[in-house]
Amino acid sequence: MTACRTWSFPGGLALDGHKAVSTREPVAAAPVPPLLVLPLQQHIGNPAVPVVEAGQRVARGQVLARADEYVSAPVHAPSSGTVAAIEERPVPHPSGLAAPCIVIETDGEDRPHPDCRPLPDYEALDPSALRNVIREAGIVGLGGAGFPTFIKLNPGPDHAVDTLILNGAECEPWITCDDMLMRERPREIIEGLKIMRHALRARRCLIGVEDNKPEALAALEGALEADERDIIRVCPVPTRYPAGGEKQLILALTGKAVPSQKLPVEVGIVCHNVGTAAAVYRAIHRGEPLVSRLVTVTGPAMERPRNLEVRVGTPVSDLLALAGARTTDITELVMGGPMMGFELASDAVPVIKTTNCILGLDHDPHRQAAPVRPCIRCGECARVCPAKLLPQELYWFARARDMDKVQDFHLFDCIECGCCAYVCPSHIPLVQYYRFAKTQIWAQEKERRKADLARRRHEFRLQRLEREKREKEERQRRKKELLKKARGGDEAAKQAAIQAALERVKARREQQHARARNVEPRTEAQRKALAEAEERRRRLAGDGGESDDDAV
Amino acid sequence: MRFEPRHSSPHLAPAGNVGRLMFAVVAALVPGTAAAAWFFGPGVLVNMAWCAATALAAEAAVLGLRHRPVRPALADGSALVTALLLGLALPPLVPWWLPVTGTAFAVIVAKHLYGGLGYNPFNPAMAGYALLLVSFPREMVAWLPPGDGGLDLAAVLHYSLAGTLPPGATLDALTQATPLDTLRTQIGLGRPVAEAMASRPDLFARVGGVGWAWINGLFLLGGLWLLWRRIAAWQIPAAMLGTLGLLALGFWLLDPARYAPPLFHLFSGAAMLGAFFIATDPVTASTTPRGRLVYGAGIGALMYVIRTWGGYPDGVAFAVLLMNMAVPTIDHYTRPRVFGEEQGR
Repeated sequence: MTACRTWSFPGGLALDGHKAVSTREPVAAAPVPPLLVLPLQQHIGNPAVPVVEAGQRVARGQVLARADEYVSAPVHAPSSGTVAAIEERPVPHPSGLAAPCIVIETDGEDRPHPDCRPLPDYEALDPSALRNVIREAGIVGLGGAGFPTFIKLNPGPDHAVDTLILNGAECEPWITCDDMLMRERPREIIEGLKIMRHALRARRCLIGVEDNKPEALAALEGALEADERDIIRVCPVPTRYPAGGEKQLILALTGKAVPSQKLPVEVGIVCHNVGTAAAVYRAIHRGEPLVSRLVTVTGPAMERPRNLEVRVGTPVSDLLALAGARTTDITELVMGGPMMGFELASDAVPVIKTTNCILGLDHDPHRQAAPVRPCIRCGECARVCPAKLLPQELYWFARARDMDKVQDFHLFDCIECGCCAYVCPSHIPLVQYYRFAKTQIWAQEKERRKADLARRRHEFRLQRLEREKREKEERQRRKKELLKKARGGDEAAKQAAIQAALERVKARREQQHARARNVEPRTEAQRKALAEAEERRRRLAGDGGESDDDAV
Repeated sequence: MRFEPRHSSPHLAPAGNVGRLMFAVVAALVPGTAAAAWFFGPGVLVNMAWCAATALAAEAAVLGLRHRPVRPALADGSALVTALLLGLALPPLVPWWLPVTGTAFAVIVAKHLYGGLGYNPFNPAMAGYALLLVSFPREMVAWLPPGDGGLDLAAVLHYSLAGTLPPGATLDALTQATPLDTLRTQIGLGRPVAEAMASRPDLFARVGGVGWAWINGLFLLGGLWLLWRRIAAWQIPAAMLGTLGLLALGFWLLDPARYAPPLFHLFSGAAMLGAFFIATDPVTASTTPRGRLVYGAGIGALMYVIRTWGGYPDGVAFAVLLMNMAVPTIDHYTRPRVFGEEQGR
């Protein structure tokens, strides 16, 4: 075993892992359900744009929706079948709202699409082409955030990547899908890592795994081939939540602190999840886009907590059934881990690319009874904060909606790990306040940008009017000058011009005369009408005296 | 199946609660309190009982007036801790209205008029103590001698309620100044420290005052337990006692005849009670790690200044209240650098 030096990160918590319950049996494939629901947005960035229509037959791995923007990811068919609908469906999101999804009625054949072809000689490709293959495979970060992977494989021209880190820390309690992946498919992870290294031109690679996963560490170590040991090291890191936070893991493995509000690439480091590496391997060596992933289904409300290989789009209820969930006992159904996951309003929502865990928590009377008390400024939150923030002050300002002050206290360095809220003796939902403040600030920012745009448009219009006025004046000035020049130059020419103008006026007048009106003889009816009018006039003049003449 | 999302993450049961913290503080007070009762008689406990009853009644009444839930507030123990600290700071033989007035002021004015738990800028117990000290100086400096002064619980209760002593006993005969007070007077009269201390073996022990050293020692023990349990921030007592000890040591080395030795300062009066239980009140203390060092050091320094040159024999209350005032400023200038923030920003 190679010795790895590790550094400790600030704050953090020692939490009960509850990991052993879901690692007792090997990963099994969940059956393909009759209906797959694929949200168009399963990643950070813009939603994908559908390229199929209802009624169309699709094969496994076929593109259903393409990425139109840079920060986006395509969606592929996880199995063969027919597109049943493209419509709004409930999706796994903290808001509990519905979003556009492609619904596939599977045919049970699981027929692969002919376009899915392996690319084993990826080393012949240049990084940009390789990134494009990974982008087309729809791969996003599988650790939870779902940022499109190809972007994180593009350090840009200004940065050289020294170290590529694979994150196998999996620090949240209950979740074991990365653990099982490392145990059962270490070669896929290492091959994926080598592909990523090629794309990034990284010097060395580190795989960071919390030391509560000895089987995974041994499996990775054992799967490394002799010639790979020079560039790839498997490093155990002390088990302490949130060791799997990107900046925390980077500090733990390299001793480098990624600057506040900067990306790791600033210090020459790129970090990917182990599951993402395996997905890259599958895309390149097997030609499979991202259509399935490992999901831990666990929690005290499960008879048979386990890990399943699940097609994206499978309803959560299927997984609950496979884990023997006592659904009536579940008081909180969480997608993700207990520290950072979010509660689901229904088990009808599908598994998406970023779903690492389905956690069924049962009733906890202690928690229900715990009332929120005022902050007593004990500072316990600051002690456990891995970002070294002052959560108690952030809470204070977020509650007062002082959005300048919260940013002053580095709200945007908060990774929402939940340590502060967990230790708070007053049970204040601190993270909720921070999310609220962040959302408020984003909304304000959006408003400001809109107002800026409107202001710029207005200013541009004013400028345009001003310019047009100036141009008009300029034209008139030039005309006058020309005229002046002509006057000063040739009196005869001027006289001639005047003469010509007079001629033109005369000609026009004559033309008008030539077109004389009312020259046709009057008709019988007209004559009669005129006579009547004349008669009326006379009568009126006779009745009303001479003064009425004016009125006619 | 549908579920009802109720909580934002984290979804784990919370690790602790305010009540547990406060009752741990109460538990840590037990050894020191027992010593105080041993040396100064049942009056200590009588005072604490008066304070506790007043505090709970006042807390309930004010919360009722403010239409706030009463039960969780009483259960969190914060009013009780205020009461016990004030009770411990009072002389052991006082009439009932003294603890009642002090505690009522502490809870109603110093705590609830500022918004209640978590919002009060001044340590309520010390605000109450300061009120009593400036309003009733005669009652507040008359201590019983170590040993219980021969008064049993019945006599103390009788005095507390009716204000009369057993026949033949007078308050002036029974009570005397504390060691800190005595030494200050003697130094003021120009007597060298060593001589002044040697002349009163009933008051001065080898370390601190008679009895006072034990009381301080046991509060230190309880305080260390709080630190070990991470209930109190270590920075405040460390900085406070460190500063007090260092200042005392410096002046004592300079002129041992005019300045009391450092151990005397650390083990007499309310040094340990103040350092571990009063100054560590999280609501009114600085909340940043470096700020807590500054805050503690400030209290230690002010305590030494007040004890040595000021108008009061002990200085914990005023030192704490003065530093309470400085907390917003201290917090402002001692914000920790966040993760990844550049040096020197």
